[in-house]
Amino acid sequence: MSIWEYANPKKFMQTTGFLLPWVSGLAGLTLAVGLIWGYFFTPDADKFASTVKIIYLHVPAAMMAISAWTMMLVTSLIWLIRRHHVSALAAKAAAPVGLVFTVIGLVTGAIWGQPMWGTWWAWDPRLTAFLILALFYLGYIALWAAVENPDTAADLTSVLAIVGSVFAFLSRYAVLFWNQGLHQGASLSLDKEENVADVYWFPLLVCITGFVLLFVALVLARTRTEIRARRLQALIARERVA
Amino acid sequence: MIALLIRDLRLAIRAGGGFGLGLAFFLLVAVIVPLGVGPEPATLAKIAPGILWVGALLSCLLSLDRIFALDFEDGSLDLLATSPVPMEGAVAVKALAHWLVTGLPLVLAAPVLGVLLNLPVQGYLWLVISLALGTPALSIIGAFGAALTVGLKRGGLLMSLLVLPLYMPTLIFGAEVVKRGAAGMAVGTPLALLAAITAGALALLPFAAAAAIRVNLR
Repeated sequence: MSIWEYANPKKFMQTTGFLLPWVSGLAGLTLAVGLIWGYFFTPDADKFASTVKIIYLHVPAAMMAISAWTMMLVTSLIWLIRRHHVSALAAKAAAPVGLVFTVIGLVTGAIWGQPMWGTWWAWDPRLTAFLILALFYLGYIALWAAVENPDTAADLTSVLAIVGSVFAFLSRYAVLFWNQGLHQGASLSLDKEENVADVYWFPLLVCITGFVLLFVALVLARTRTEIRARRLQALIARERVA
Repeated sequence: MIALLIRDLRLAIRAGGGFGLGLAFFLLVAVIVPLGVGPEPATLAKIAPGILWVGALLSCLLSLDRIFALDFEDGSLDLLATSPVPMEGAVAVKALAHWLVTGLPLVLAAPVLGVLLNLPVQGYLWLVISLALGTPALSIIGAFGAALTVGLKRGGLLMSLLVLPLYMPTLIFGAEVVKRGAAGMAVGTPLALLAAITAGALALLPFAAAAAIRVNLR
């Protein structure tokens, strides 16, 4: 039993077909619990009043936006090295999900920043880096859409994902150099003394879990769609030949 | 490889008028900006480093599709791929040719445009140095973008979308060097980082670009 078994589309479809309803249900459940707990059963923070509660969307979305790109990088590498089609399709499936999480992170940040910082947008390093990440997602998706041959598209986007990762990382640290930030530092680290208070921390953990499950569910569903679309194309091509 | 370089330079200078167009665009940017933001010398001096770098970046971007597109259309790229020169070397040479006809004129013309934009006196030296160090990175990153989109019918717009995010670190450090230089501050750190980006891009991106071209020629 190795993970490479799932490179076989048939095996992948079987297993994920069984897993998908459970993952989706669990994602819905954890998100409902986390968000309701977070929104209705936590106190307002003294400095931030009720705006603090946007943390339950903002932080998990931002975390998943970065994780999604990392996942795309790994699956792209697997495609380039081992030529498993499922891997390339998973990368393709994850990109729009990652883009949406990035946009959620930016928009919730803007909504929170308006009352708190007095502005919708500031050229803060973290904000800028996230905007650049969104542009990388856009370019990646556009390249997938522009190239007709699916194998060529998979190869080109994989190379782009690798080079893009390096440059996204560079940009992340370049913007730190370029401007000082308004954004608060990390407050969820496992190894730090001063973290966000437990009242907010536990529902936030639940929400993060919910977002991870949601991401997995969406990517699985989208990958299954891609595999079906690929099968359909093969069928059509076979019809035409016959 | 030298023959390839000479061929590319000849083509750029003699045919198509690609040579000089980027330079003209750079000049236009320097003329348009004061028309847009107003002629106050203090404002212009403040934004001059950024505008000059953005202008250089955009005029570089404009000429990128010439690196591979024409050779792809007439089939010389296929010949290059089957020639004894490795594709990585061919990409590096083509990026070098692009830099010689686009980047180098920008570097030389930048001080003149600095006058138009009222760049402070201390800034000129650092403007030339930062462009000289940074534009090779723009050429090689652009060659990678051009390699990704070479097989596409209307790849130009897509290429801008792919290449501009990749240009951001170069732009940040390059403009920072000029800004600090113009303000009379120490420029060592951003200059070193800019050089590091150029060196890293020159060393690694030819491989990525060559891989993309091989995929596109398949």
